[in-house]
Amino acid sequence: MSSVVARAIRAGYREREVLRGVDLVAHEGEVVALIGPNGAGKSTLLRVLGGLLRATSGSVTIDGVDAATLDRRAIARRIAVVPQVFETLFPFTVREIVALGRTSRLGPLGTLGTDDARAVAHALDDIGATDLAERRIDRVSGGERQRAVLAMALAQEAGVLLLDEPTAHLDPAHQRATLERVATLARTRGIAVVAVLHDLNLAAAFASRVVLLADGAVVRDGDVAHVITPELVARVFGPGLRVVAYDGRPFVIPEPTSQPERRARAG
Amino acid sequence: MRTVTVFALLVAALALSAAAGILVGAVAIAPGDVLSALLGADSTSGTIIRELRLPRVLGAALVGGALAAAGALLQGMLRNPLADPFVTGTSAGASLGAVLAVALGFEPALVPVAAFVGATGAIALVWRLARLGGRTTVLTVLLAGVVLTSFAGALVTLVLVSSDRLALRLRAVLGWLQGGISVISWSELVVAAVVVAVGVTAALLLAPRIDAYAFGEETAAALGVDLDRTTAAVLATTALLTGAAVAIAGLIGFVGLVIPHALRFVLGATHRRLIVASIPAGAIALVLADLGARTALAPAELPVGVITGLVGAPFFLALLVRSRRVII
Repeated sequence: MSSVVARAIRAGYREREVLRGVDLVAHEGEVVALIGPNGAGKSTLLRVLGGLLRATSGSVTIDGVDAATLDRRAIARRIAVVPQVFETLFPFTVREIVALGRTSRLGPLGTLGTDDARAVAHALDDIGATDLAERRIDRVSGGERQRAVLAMALAQEAGVLLLDEPTAHLDPAHQRATLERVATLARTRGIAVVAVLHDLNLAAAFASRVVLLADGAVVRDGDVAHVITPELVARVFGPGLRVVAYDGRPFVIPEPTSQPERRARAG
Repeated sequence: MRTVTVFALLVAALALSAAAGILVGAVAIAPGDVLSALLGADSTSGTIIRELRLPRVLGAALVGGALAAAGALLQGMLRNPLADPFVTGTSAGASLGAVLAVALGFEPALVPVAAFVGATGAIALVWRLARLGGRTTVLTVLLAGVVLTSFAGALVTLVLVSSDRLALRLRAVLGWLQGGISVISWSELVVAAVVVAVGVTAALLLAPRIDAYAFGEETAAALGVDLDRTTAAVLATTALLTGAAVAIAGLIGFVGLVIPHALRFVLGATHRRLIVASIPAGAIALVLADLGARTALAPAELPVGVITGLVGAPFFLALLVRSRRVII
């Protein structure tokens, strides 16, 4: 029963409070998209969920266990995080990077056992990165590196997967492929996924539930059609974004507001 | 396969360098006499080999291996090939500790301990200074290291000049500020060897967690690494290795920087492999540098730091130019 449940989270950095009482739930098999304008607190919430930032109040429960009672290793066995930045200067191979996912399960001597090697091979296979395994991480393309990091998170064999803008720096085809992969993993492996997404259309296409965050509070939490509405998008993101229905789901189109020339031609 | 080949080559090269270090010196001794001296023959050349050359070669190997292992550890944790005990001010702190211990008349065997205390203080201070801005960048570590190195260097000079102890004066010529292998006794060597063995064991145990720093501290934490504890352990291990090295050889730069960096091209980035290979490679580098220091201007002797500086500084500059985009 993998799940992550955050209740009444308040958190921030030094004097600045970023989250002011946020609730969030992700159950087994769900892909929860976290959307909202820049500075809404999406990444901060993700850090709190992953135990990387301590909340000033509120609680996080992972698989029914209070996260405050778990140490770093125990949290890492339950929650995997796909980082936003994954650049390294050192010539690790893709397989070595994926093996980092086993860090929380290594024994006292820190050697990889047969279970670890099997988990690494499975993760590479699941992500379709087996052919990349012996390549150097600093010599593969951005999309390939993203796959390697996703495989690293999978090798962690955690029931909860957190992704911070997994599609940043990727072209549209890779954006789609990444989220397709994540959604499939959630469905087939019963992983609870929370993904910060900037692209509302990707959220609409792949999320089973959407949480809209603004100014450190949840504005609405529900299925795609109830969260990405013309009224809410205008209220939270401001003017210039038109929400239309396409193929049974909302579709957000940026509208130019100050191009009289084009307007005139169109009219 | 490649890893095994590289290790075999390194061990063979270390054996050859050590042999060269024992065979060659200011006094010419025939290879046959060297062998009988090693086997215990009682003669003048026996004393030279057993009490001077052998401890010196072993000392150089120990220092080089310790510095290279410490460099690999620091580079991994800082995720940057520009770090080592010397540029982070750790060596300078160790040097200050060792000099104070000698000036205050401590037992020679306690000098490595004092060097360790100095190294620990220095690296802890550099770490705190680099942390002031919130996140540690390599640039702030290097700046803090520069500041600390000049400060500790000034204090060392002050102690050297004001102290009247003969031991200090003698070693000051070659040792503390420019680097020079000057093993005084076998007991000192044994203490240092034990400290290095402990440090290397700790480094090897820490290595898999250092790998997890590849994408930064936050990702390491997400992978299950306890950052505070690991950072403290890495800094303490670095101080241990540096303390032992400095107690024997004073300030020696560039070995800790160049060796792990060069090996990374050949062996890849995994730190356990890198540290295991860094030890013989660092040992080779310093045994040969010491041999050069003894023979280049014989019978006069150069400080070994001159050799490592002449070879290492251009390498460091090349590295700086190549990686300029990442240190800022």
